Amino acid sequence: MDRIPILRMGEFLLVTIQVDMHDQLALRLQDDLSNAIQKHAARGVLIDISTLEMVDSFIGRMVADISGMGRILGAETVLVGMQPAVAITLVELGLALPGVSTALNVERGMALLRRKIDGVDADGAIV
Amino acid sequence: MAQSSNGEAPLKSEHDIVLARQLVRKLTQELGFSLVDQTKMVTAASELARNALTYGRGGAMSWEIVQREAYRGLKLLFADEGPGIPNIDLAMTDGWTSGSGLGMGLTGAKRLVNEFALDSKVGAGTRVTIVRWK
Repeated sequence: MDRIPILRMGEFLLVTIQVDMHDQLALRLQDDLSNAIQKHAARGVLIDISTLEMVDSFIGRMVADISGMGRILGAETVLVGMQPAVAITLVELGLALPGVSTALNVERGMALLRRKIDGVDADGAIV
Repeated sequence: MAQSSNGEAPLKSEHDIVLARQLVRKLTQELGFSLVDQTKMVTAASELARNALTYGRGGAMSWEIVQREAYRGLKLLFADEGPGIPNIDLAMTDGWTSGSGLGMGLTGAKRLVNEFALDSKVGAGTRVTIVRWK
């Protein structure tokens, strides 16, 4: 059965969505992620969508749900790598993804996660 | 152009939504749509295809390359034989949903295209036509 892999990097989980997801795959990812957060006591989740060519309301809702669910389980979520055309379309569609933290790329997303969790940025400066 | 300029794709399963998106992507690329316009049309198609499947119990997406004066565009028709929409004004309200969705599908799709027409009869199904011009 199709599954999107979840990589563990210390206390963070990294998910790279590289396929045009059908709805069940998106729902399965939501389930798998909540289980992985609990199993690994993860404190942060980074979702990389840099290869996704489209985000519709279903995927948008899935991301918002993961973010909300993660927060309840004690993990912050950052969505990274959204393509400009996808961002323009999402806003026009009416989905501004409130409550979802975003960053331009994986590197900035990691720094943001670190700051959210430690109150300290990647260079060790207190923010 | 030797290729056919119209066709139909079934919307009977979730996988068909993915295939419909890929077909619309290909057609908009062939028409020379900008990346943003491609993405808008693909996203609108995804919303309407899911509506046809979720609320209309499945149907089909017909497509046609259309021309008006110097402009070419893509016209898509999403037709289902589901229960129909009893109150179209309500269905076209942002945030309203009869199911478990976000309620952004119809209104969101309308904002992403140049032309939008909704025709629905209770008991006879729903037809949504959209056009985006290059």
